[in-house]
Amino acid sequence: MTLVLTKRDRAMASGAHGDAAATAMRILTRIAEADGAARLIDVTSAHIDSCLYHGEAGLDFAERLADAGGRVVVPTTLNVASLDLLHPHLVHADERLVDRGRRLMAAYVAMGGTPTWTCAPYQSAHRPGLGEHVAWAESNAIVFANSVLGARTNRYGDFIDICAALTGRVPESGLHLDEHRRARVVFRLVAIPESLATAEVLYPVLGHLIGRAAGTRVPAIVGLAPDAPEDGLKALGAAAASSGGVAMFHAVGRTPEAPTLQAALGGRAAERTIDVDLGVLRAARDELTTDADGPLSAVSVGTPHFSVAEFRTLAALIEGHTVAPGIEFYVNTSREVLAEAAAEGTVHPLRAAGIEVVTDTCTYITPILRHTTGVVMTNSGKWAWYAPSNLGVAVAFGSLEDCVLSATTGRITRDEAVWGG
Amino acid sequence: MADRMLLAGAATGTALVLDEPLSMWGGLDPETGEIIDRRHPQSGVLATGRVLVMPSGRGSSSSSSVLAEAIRLGTAPVAVVLAEPDDIVLLGALVAEELYGITCPVVVAEPSTYSRLHTGLQVSITLTGIEIRS
Repeated sequence: MTLVLTKRDRAMASGAHGDAAATAMRILTRIAEADGAARLIDVTSAHIDSCLYHGEAGLDFAERLADAGGRVVVPTTLNVASLDLLHPHLVHADERLVDRGRRLMAAYVAMGGTPTWTCAPYQSAHRPGLGEHVAWAESNAIVFANSVLGARTNRYGDFIDICAALTGRVPESGLHLDEHRRARVVFRLVAIPESLATAEVLYPVLGHLIGRAAGTRVPAIVGLAPDAPEDGLKALGAAAASSGGVAMFHAVGRTPEAPTLQAALGGRAAERTIDVDLGVLRAARDELTTDADGPLSAVSVGTPHFSVAEFRTLAALIEGHTVAPGIEFYVNTSREVLAEAAAEGTVHPLRAAGIEVVTDTCTYITPILRHTTGVVMTNSGKWAWYAPSNLGVAVAFGSLEDCVLSATTGRITRDEAVWGG
Repeated sequence: MADRMLLAGAATGTALVLDEPLSMWGGLDPETGEIIDRRHPQSGVLATGRVLVMPSGRGSSSSSSVLAEAIRLGTAPVAVVLAEPDDIVLLGALVAEELYGITCPVVVAEPSTYSRLHTGLQVSITLTGIEIRS
């Protein structure tokens, strides 16, 4: 297929909208050609992941574009960065990383990015609707936008995210097109006990096993409740995007492009159908734990960032308890959600109990944990998957209830009954 | 069919054929050029100066930054040869070329060429495609 650019695209590439837009358009054009796209299309928003420091090249690119006068042309949110600007004492980064992290954040704000510093931009009031084309980076945000909102984004990431924001354009390829949004693999929940089927802990475990089996193919899930909570789908998508490369899923009867299994499959046959029973789920749960017996040193929740509803749940669970001496307990969230939860009164009880709130960043990418010799407990499939290699820590996976019970008693405790054990 | 130049350029080096795709984020140390993903079959091998051959890209989109950083530091492969197009690898190479004027060609090999690439062979990337020299 030959790429056809509009007159405006060509003007942009030749510098009519400034040097930054010209660089961005040149890069987009090359990617569109590699993808075999026929044209570029408009997006209504962008979410930038490049604001996390990975080395000088990323900083050089951002500063080059910002110095050239680059300005975003669509509403643009910014993903987690390398620092917590609201609670700087929590991050134990060296001077160089602090300096580079700050400069990188400043460059993206200078280009017009909104300093949201969150991996969950979908927890804001303004979010894209069904069929809307967006350019979102960060794997969990991508899978949420495509699956739960029915918006359309490819797996954007470093560099191309800001190119899309500076031009408002993306190649028409991949998940922007109907053809690539239909499910290929079907996961069928079979004979799951009611207590697990309605538990929050089901979602990250199911997401983890789907990612492992589906890879980058779009899965459809049959058997989730029609009122499955957004926080559950958030956890499922994040885990599936981490253990596999899932950028979109269909929950039949729950997500907007899957009123029926047939609709999710686009009227075609599934390449494969996988039955998920209690045994399969238990095995996936166990894969997320590297050490269930060691001494507990910390608990981390809020990967992806905690929602207002999750603050309510945690505030209720922690009521009347305090975090045991020597145990660190972190909640990762965004500034916006933190302000909303604080206004509701669900933040104070957490802090009073000894829980630290982290904003702008996340405990699995930034040096925050003070002690990494013991086991860290989490209710996040994504955190459990990445932290052992990123931070070199041992991980125990459990529900939010398990995390609270473990943190307050000081030793790893998990409710086995819900798993039929 | 011919080899597809996603990012055209000239390079010569010894082929390093990976048995599995490599996520450069968490998989390649840009300071040293070493493959550091301990679950990868070629873990511990130096990619610097090699013609890196792998079936596809893998994993985090932050891999673009890591490749660009390795190119900046001179620890990167001299070229990347793939069996299928990969935006993340291409972006890293494109941005490094924009910023530093260093070209790390990215090529999608035609299937029969790809199957003849083995670790240790001398390979040249030219403006028209891949030449296996020995």
